[in-house]
Amino acid sequence: MLGDILPNKPSSKGGQVPTRSADPSISVRGHTVDLDAVTHRYGTLTAVADVSLTVRAGEIVALLGPSGCGKTTLLRLVAGFLRQSAGSVRIDGKPIDALPANQRNVGIVFQNYALFPHMTVADNIAYGLQAHGRPRDDVRKTVERFLEVVRLGEFRDRLPRQLSGGQQQRVALARALAVEPTVLLLDEPFSALDKSLRLDMQIEIKRLQRQFGLTAILVTHDQDEAMSIADRIAVMNQGRVEQFDTPINVYDRPATLFVTGFIGTTNLLRGKTLHSSNGTTTIALDAGVQLAIASERHFAPGTPILLSARPEQLHLYGEASADRWPVRRRFALPIGPNTMHDLETRDGATLKIVEQRIGAIVDATGEAWCGLRTEARPSLFESSSQP
Amino acid sequence: MSVAAAGVAKTPARGIATLAKPAEWQLALPLALAYAAFFLVPLLLLLAVSAFEDEKITVLGFANWRKFFGDPFYWKVTFDTVKLGFLTVIATTLIGYPIALVYLGSSPRWQRVILFIVILPLLTSVVVRTFAWIVILGREGVINQTVMWLGISPAPLRLLQTEVGLVMALTQIEMPLLLLPLLSVMSRMDPNLRDASAALGASKWRTLFKVTLPLSLPGLIAGCMLVFASSTTAFISQFVIGGNRLVYLPLLIWQQSLVVYNWPLASVAALTLLVSVSLGVVLIATLGRRSKGYVHA
Repeated sequence: MLGDILPNKPSSKGGQVPTRSADPSISVRGHTVDLDAVTHRYGTLTAVADVSLTVRAGEIVALLGPSGCGKTTLLRLVAGFLRQSAGSVRIDGKPIDALPANQRNVGIVFQNYALFPHMTVADNIAYGLQAHGRPRDDVRKTVERFLEVVRLGEFRDRLPRQLSGGQQQRVALARALAVEPTVLLLDEPFSALDKSLRLDMQIEIKRLQRQFGLTAILVTHDQDEAMSIADRIAVMNQGRVEQFDTPINVYDRPATLFVTGFIGTTNLLRGKTLHSSNGTTTIALDAGVQLAIASERHFAPGTPILLSARPEQLHLYGEASADRWPVRRRFALPIGPNTMHDLETRDGATLKIVEQRIGAIVDATGEAWCGLRTEARPSLFESSSQP
Repeated sequence: MSVAAAGVAKTPARGIATLAKPAEWQLALPLALAYAAFFLVPLLLLLAVSAFEDEKITVLGFANWRKFFGDPFYWKVTFDTVKLGFLTVIATTLIGYPIALVYLGSSPRWQRVILFIVILPLLTSVVVRTFAWIVILGREGVINQTVMWLGISPAPLRLLQTEVGLVMALTQIEMPLLLLPLLSVMSRMDPNLRDASAALGASKWRTLFKVTLPLSLPGLIAGCMLVFASSTTAFISQFVIGGNRLVYLPLLIWQQSLVVYNWPLASVAALTLLVSVSLGVVLIATLGRRSKGYVHA
């Protein structure tokens, strides 16, 4: 089960096949991380407000949010570089709050990698092992093994500045993993890499994480990165966790208006509820239509609401119907196999709809009505909850 | 600059390209000329003067070289001068490096305060600072009053006109020369490196000796070289605090040239000072580079 969940990536550098490490000495047991009502203040500014999260063993959790949302502060609290103002951090159930950073055994990969510039690749990887007081022979063997793991054997005597960005990141990973940390923390690890390399490194990290059964926390502001690499995503805003769920649920069942706007693209339509029962809420949109929407939440009649529908949940029709509303075409952009229509509703809201062209040339000039696709499940929010 | 203008005037047709090319070395010309006139020529004159035997500078010969290097007194003065330089380097490093570490761990606001305090001594004249040290080191000075009050010593310590007192004063006076290059190197260090070291399990001391120290070494070496060169040649401080009891090469040169008027012997002493300071600086640079190799391993 080690590392073969993902196909081995063909190496573009020496055709070296990655070692499918069946090394029995590599620990595959992950560790749990619990954040318990963690709050951190810088002076009067509250960077992290009452955050509780449970990271399961062997899971990758992404902390996703705009800059200044507190995600990096949260990571530094777990690493022990900062001491939280209130709350507790536990690894495997044991509080680590009293431990300084150098006793937490938490591995971290920085955005700029923070490789020791005066040490060779091998010395960088050996650094943590020596700090842990491992015998010289053990250090040498472990360094060899991790040079293999990240496929940098031939670069062992290079200095960090003589490596490419991707290679530097692999050294940073090897250095962090060599001391067998309980948790791997990744602080925007891909943002310094160019786009083509980014996917390679995401696969590489996923491979290593699976191979070592690591628990990992990833900080990112890039939703695609979070969606592709994480098992669960904690969407953060202004120091709080807005939603903590699987990538699919965060995208398809956004818990708050902030999440719906931050993840992916969405269309917001104003309206109010008519009645709400048995998981179905009937709404009247200002755009001029009544719709029955599946919703777990119950709304009192007359509540002002916002309907959030993804571009792919809407469809453009050439004729009117009871569950469609009229729209004015503004322009259409071909994007690969799709066409993106930019439309305006009667009440002045902008709509974006993505339609597959499937070869036919769509008439993009005539009158148009917009409706929900049959399977679509848009989200409803009280409009007072708008940020 | 006049050379540049002349060069352009002669070949106006070739225009900008010819102007740009020679301009690079021509820009350095004023400094090079000043350097030649005020350093190279005097140095050659010094060499020439030292090759005369009599004070009137008429008879060629190396009598003064023989006298200087045949006399244990002059050897001792040379040795004391170099020793003073190294003692000051050691003292400034022992006190200055921890200050630099405090600077490194401070918030940007406190860093500005520390930097200001470091630069402050440079804003007052060396003479004023040195006289202040007479007040501090004297029989009735601040140090002796404290020592007596604490009962450490029954009688006032003799600090003025001693090597210890002089090193104390020079440590304060030369401190900015050590700290300025050191702080500039330290503030450019990536703070994540120390965090990375801690996350890998390294103690504060390991981080200091394996990461911070080796990476700050270029700044420390530059600072030490400046302190060494400056303290061995600090004529005013050496004379005001050391008095006539402590003789260093700068005082010797002054005495020989302006009191005794033995210019050839003064030249020999000056050349000896130049060579020994240069050797000291080279030694510090070499030691620095060596130890860098060790810390890195």
